Amino acid sequence: MMTMILAYNAVLLSFASGLLALMSNQCAMLLTLSQRFLTVDAHFPRCRKLLDRILEESRYASLHRQAVFVLLGLSGVFAVLAGLSVMMGQDNLTDQIGLGLPWLPWHVRFDGLSGFFFLIIGIGVIAVSLYGPAYVAFYQESQHPFAVLGLFTGLFVGGMYLVLLADDAFFFMIAWELMSVASYFLVAFQHEHSANRRAAFIYLVMAQVGALAIILSFGVLASFSDGLTFDALRQTTVSTTWASIAFVLALFGFGMKAGIVPVHVWLPEAHPAAPSHISALMSGVMLKVAVYGLIRFCFDLLGELQWQWGVVLLVLGTVSAVGGILYAMMQPNLKRLLAYSSIENIGIIFMVLGLAMIFMANGHPQLAALGFLAALFHAFNHSLFKNLLFLGAGILQHQTHDLNIDTMGGLIQRMPQTSFLFLVGCMSISSLPLFNGFVSEWLAFQTALQVDVLDNGVLRSLIPVSAAALALTAALAAACFVKVFGMIFLGLPRSRNSEKAQEVKDKSMLYGPALLAGLCFFFGIFPNIIINLLNGVAKQLLGQSLPNDAALSWLWLAPVSANKVSYSPPMVLVGVLIAGGISFWYLRRNLETKTMRRASAWDCGFGGLTPRMQYSCSAFTMPFRRIFARVWLIDECIDKEMQGAMDMDVKAVHYHLQVQDHSWPRLYQPITHGVNQLAKRVGRIQTGNIRVYLGYSFVTLILMLWVIS
Amino acid sequence: MTWLLAIFQTLLFVALAPLLAGWLKWCKCHLQNRQAPSLLQPYRDLLKLTRKQPVVAEHASWIFTRAPYIIFSAIVLAASIVPLIAVDLPTAAIADVIVLVGFFAFARFFLALAGLDIGTAFGGMGSSREMTISSIAEPAMLMAIFTLTMTASTTNLSFAIIHVLNEGLVLRPSFVFALFALMLVAIAETGRIPVDNPDTHLELTMIHEAMILEYSGRHLALIEWASQVKLMLYGVLIANIFFPWGIAQSFSVQALAHGLLAIIGKLAVLAILLSISETLLAKMRLFRVQEYLSFAYLLGLLGMLSHIILEASR
Repeated sequence: MMTMILAYNAVLLSFASGLLALMSNQCAMLLTLSQRFLTVDAHFPRCRKLLDRILEESRYASLHRQAVFVLLGLSGVFAVLAGLSVMMGQDNLTDQIGLGLPWLPWHVRFDGLSGFFFLIIGIGVIAVSLYGPAYVAFYQESQHPFAVLGLFTGLFVGGMYLVLLADDAFFFMIAWELMSVASYFLVAFQHEHSANRRAAFIYLVMAQVGALAIILSFGVLASFSDGLTFDALRQTTVSTTWASIAFVLALFGFGMKAGIVPVHVWLPEAHPAAPSHISALMSGVMLKVAVYGLIRFCFDLLGELQWQWGVVLLVLGTVSAVGGILYAMMQPNLKRLLAYSSIENIGIIFMVLGLAMIFMANGHPQLAALGFLAALFHAFNHSLFKNLLFLGAGILQHQTHDLNIDTMGGLIQRMPQTSFLFLVGCMSISSLPLFNGFVSEWLAFQTALQVDVLDNGVLRSLIPVSAAALALTAALAAACFVKVFGMIFLGLPRSRNSEKAQEVKDKSMLYGPALLAGLCFFFGIFPNIIINLLNGVAKQLLGQSLPNDAALSWLWLAPVSANKVSYSPPMVLVGVLIAGGISFWYLRRNLETKTMRRASAWDCGFGGLTPRMQYSCSAFTMPFRRIFARVWLIDECIDKEMQGAMDMDVKAVHYHLQVQDHSWPRLYQPITHGVNQLAKRVGRIQTGNIRVYLGYSFVTLILMLWVIS
Repeated sequence: MTWLLAIFQTLLFVALAPLLAGWLKWCKCHLQNRQAPSLLQPYRDLLKLTRKQPVVAEHASWIFTRAPYIIFSAIVLAASIVPLIAVDLPTAAIADVIVLVGFFAFARFFLALAGLDIGTAFGGMGSSREMTISSIAEPAMLMAIFTLTMTASTTNLSFAIIHVLNEGLVLRPSFVFALFALMLVAIAETGRIPVDNPDTHLELTMIHEAMILEYSGRHLALIEWASQVKLMLYGVLIANIFFPWGIAQSFSVQALAHGLLAIIGKLAVLAILLSISETLLAKMRLFRVQEYLSFAYLLGLLGMLSHIILEASR
């Protein structure tokens, strides 16, 4: 019960922080209230003084912001505690809340799976609340009221907690909608730009269409059972056809929220529009809630799994992973790039979930547990490093007033701390050893390599190919983030803004990213902490744990068996330190050559290297553009301005490049076109003439009478 | 004892790498009717470089000056997990073949960043090309490796080699495909002809050399040494996975000496083959490399499919 209270506290605190945010402009009112009702100042002069100081006009705003984020951060702390305690306890806690309609109480259930996602949300929320106060201070109160931002942030976070707690379809949908609608207002927060309004609208439309699909999928299950509670849904047996229909609907609904190709278009629009700490929450955390929904629906409620569903997930995941990172590579806008890279990571998660499903359906629950664990671990890792990178992007946006990677450069000299934290994020997202991203990808490879146990020839050749696609994804991600880090932080500054940029003044802004970077490294070295927790979740949900869970010591990672695969990150770390240390010490022992001489870089003897001669973003990715040309819609043109006699001398050259993804013109424009056409047809019956409308009512009346009689 | 042996093997690996580079150069020179430098010339070069004071570009940050150490230690660690003269050493268990690919990726990540750090066009050019080539080469390499690991049903190199040894001499079509795929990838990844030419600094064609153009002194020595170790790593992978005979399976002195002689012999033959191919071929255009690597990937895929269709137990 203690755990349940922790979880409730997390929910309540997030709502409380939202409500407290509403008090942002009520300083004067609070002052009069305190003067009227607190007449005890004779006894507690200190208390009075403190109150007056808090309510002083100049301090109030910043104190209030901090208080809101402290509450939000506390809710994160409670969420982490609740998640950990339920995963350690390994039991299902259930409860009922008498809210809502009188005959439909809200059922609440808190088990290992929800607990794990509570942990993900909690860590994300803590990092964001450390970062938030300083970040939000940059907004002008008159244009972007903090009350709106704080209120919807609180509701958004609370909604996500409730989705995880829900144990009936009705409550689930209410919480889901709370999450979607609250985040719509956050995307639309900077509504003065038309692009942001458009992004928010697309987001809202897609969220609602997705929600509709989810309601329908619950409806399919509910029509065979006697209730809307998950327990009732769990106990029904549905024919394979209907189960497949429910699966497809759920995949569409949850996949839309998670950002699977081709229903991903809202993601690269919405993420750059929202404030950075909100994009961090949306990308790092909300997408995971969608993954939770899919896992809960398929692995828990749907009953027996079919391997064909696994194939669908595997293929969709592979396409999203490769497509996502290829699109990401071409984006000059940092936040759009990160949004596309979220699509890639969600693709990897779906891919591994598909593997788990295939193994489960083919009667290998232990390997299914391995895949399941790899997917969840990757979800956890992605939430850490993507949060980190989005928070870093927010810092960059503030310090350079821009998000275009092509205008940055050389920031490692000016922003050493930010650059270091960002580097950690880039390294873990590129899945380099010693960082957490590598461990989950390693587990994914291990799952894929167990394909030998399957009998089906198609699966046996499909899975290795998708594993190779995963390798391609990882390599492309490394290239993409080399580009990101190299263009932003290394080289020479490409614009005046980045030349003048400085490290953040308010160091508290770095605490959140520092916490996340530390966790990225920590869980890269000691992944077994999370894997042990997840093993319990797998046992609870799939009824199976890892094939070799005896070998899960702190030092060794050997999920299948000790003499097949093993990986020991702590020993790798020690080895790297020894090798690096010896070479470092040995080569610098001579005092004469220890100091380095600085000289200008090689300029081929012509002199005058300028920042414009460096490789830019589009130059760096040019070979990829040529090799994978079919993937994008590329609009590239070079305009030459001529001058002089006979117009023969080149005065200026303009290079223009636009890279678009195929889904807009191929999928969405036909749909919008069709809807508009349909609306026009329907619009024809609305003539605006009252006699025609009276005629309609008359005909309807006659029809009704005819039907009744 | 076994740990000592493992450390000894790693040191031997790192120490022998320049010799292999020297031997390769020697063979190439003789094939091309040139006078060959001494076999020990790479050692002399490295020693000379470590004694010099490094010159660093003005705008270089800590990434540039620390990258050589990071690259070198990543490659040394990769060398420590590949069985050279004996199998079943404890270091083989700390990382498997996927982590090995990860180590290469780690080194490459920092090399590419170092190329971008100085802010010249060359560095960016090299980094961009290196990342392009490696991102197509990596899937091809993993495809070849997966063929092997699925046959041996382990990703641990040591156990995989033991499995091949126990099988005896069997002609597996999948292994033939995988061998050729891995050879093609090895040529691309170590920057040899026809993908990259390690001997020239021709501006428009260089890849690896473009990234390290600004390095000098001990930094250059470390990077050169690391790339020599990397070349030898690929050689040892090919030699010991596909032709493991001779490697020591027990830790007696005789077996170890036998293993050492065997690997030296195998590497010498591989180097001769490489120098012949480098003499016969010319460097190809950058945008032909993708076709070359897709061919490697296709070979890997064929190997995988022939394993699944022809050789699998059921």
